[in-house]
Amino acid sequence: MSRNPGTASPTPPRSMALIGTLGGIAMMSGLLVATTFQLTRERILQNRREALERAVFKVLPEATGRRSFFLNEEGLQALPDDALGQASLYAGYDDSGALTGVAIEGSARGYQDVVKVLYGYSLERECITGMTVLQSSETPGLGDRVETDPAFQANFECLDARLNPESTALVHEIVTVKHGKKTDSWQIDAISGATVTSTAVGRALQQSASEILPLLHRYEAALYENTAEERTSP
Amino acid sequence: MMKDPRAPEALSWSVFTQGIWRDNPVFVMLLGLCPALAVSNTASNALAMGLATTFVLLCSGVLVSLLRKVIPKQVRIASYIIVIATFVTIVDYAIQAISLELYKALGAFIQLIVVNCIILGRAEAYASKNHVINAFVNALGMGVGFTFAMLCLGVVREVLGSGTLFGVSLFGPDFQPWAVFVLPPGGFFILAFWLFLFAVLKKRKQVRMAGRQPKSETEKEVARAT
Repeated sequence: MSRNPGTASPTPPRSMALIGTLGGIAMMSGLLVATTFQLTRERILQNRREALERAVFKVLPEATGRRSFFLNEEGLQALPDDALGQASLYAGYDDSGALTGVAIEGSARGYQDVVKVLYGYSLERECITGMTVLQSSETPGLGDRVETDPAFQANFECLDARLNPESTALVHEIVTVKHGKKTDSWQIDAISGATVTSTAVGRALQQSASEILPLLHRYEAALYENTAEERTSP
Repeated sequence: MMKDPRAPEALSWSVFTQGIWRDNPVFVMLLGLCPALAVSNTASNALAMGLATTFVLLCSGVLVSLLRKVIPKQVRIASYIIVIATFVTIVDYAIQAISLELYKALGAFIQLIVVNCIILGRAEAYASKNHVINAFVNALGMGVGFTFAMLCLGVVREVLGSGTLFGVSLFGPDFQPWAVFVLPPGGFFILAFWLFLFAVLKKRKQVRMAGRQPKSETEKEVARAT
């Protein structure tokens, strides 16, 4: 085609018109998105809270109430009830106010993306008593079975997570072994066909447990303080 | 006779049905295959993806059609993308508000509706040249066609791959699911079967029409799709 201005199509619109149109559309877009964000924000936060709440009571089945705590090197602080997102662990209590267990998050890289799990830990028995997946994009039908497979879930009836006498590290590292090769109570029997995800769950538990449990045992007294008040029921 | 490509089309029944059967986005035009293959592993994911896409198609079709006289053609694609991205973000928030489970299942594919060529294709080829009512009806037809195609894939994959339909177990606990069908390869297998079926149907129709119409349907369809 000729680039000769004499035969060219009608003169292009001035840049200002183009910028104005794009700017106008972008502003309208921003307005719509911001409105939707405002309208759905409460609901989305509520959904997230409920999902986490469900997970906490799933790994701590005996609990009827829970409190959130923030744990670091300095100690264990109770958090207000609405601070569910910032908590590093959740303590579950039964009707009489006795501690039934602690729910802790862990994460490790899986087959597709990071697998985030929540596990229940019993201070009394020093073992992991339940595990549920908070976030994963593992292969449907294979990797996502770590959440539903009854045989795999049976690993977490009482998975050994004892600390050494000085309470500085786990006596036995939590490891995932090949399907059918489990011999010890600190081993996780992998799902055949979903070894990568099973291993990721094991690593998530090992990393989180070896980091959090020594601290938790050092500051566990805070878990028993004024348990009667400020508890939330499911 | 050549029709002026910018001339608006009169509203007719075929404006709606075009997307459902004759120009079905997935089975005939082979557009939007990425989400069609990726999130059709269960019937409910397929349905949700279909509805989300339909919503974006409708809203962006209407808005693009309303703005068709305002948008200079030099910046039209950029404008369409902004419009589409806006509605995709709205759907994204809406799904999070409706159900986090569903949001987890659909994953990144909600955001990727932005680059679904069905939507940009409709905005460019139809909504930007037609009256807003036509654009709405056409987008609705395309959305229904896409949802229909998603369900065709999703139902078969879920029944074979998990032995369930919309999460309800069909064959009892003894059924050994054919897991490959919920995995990515299963998507390709099932899509191939449906494409085969559609090709056979089209061929038969062509044979029937051959006596009446000298010009082949395929040529016209190829011209339309490209």
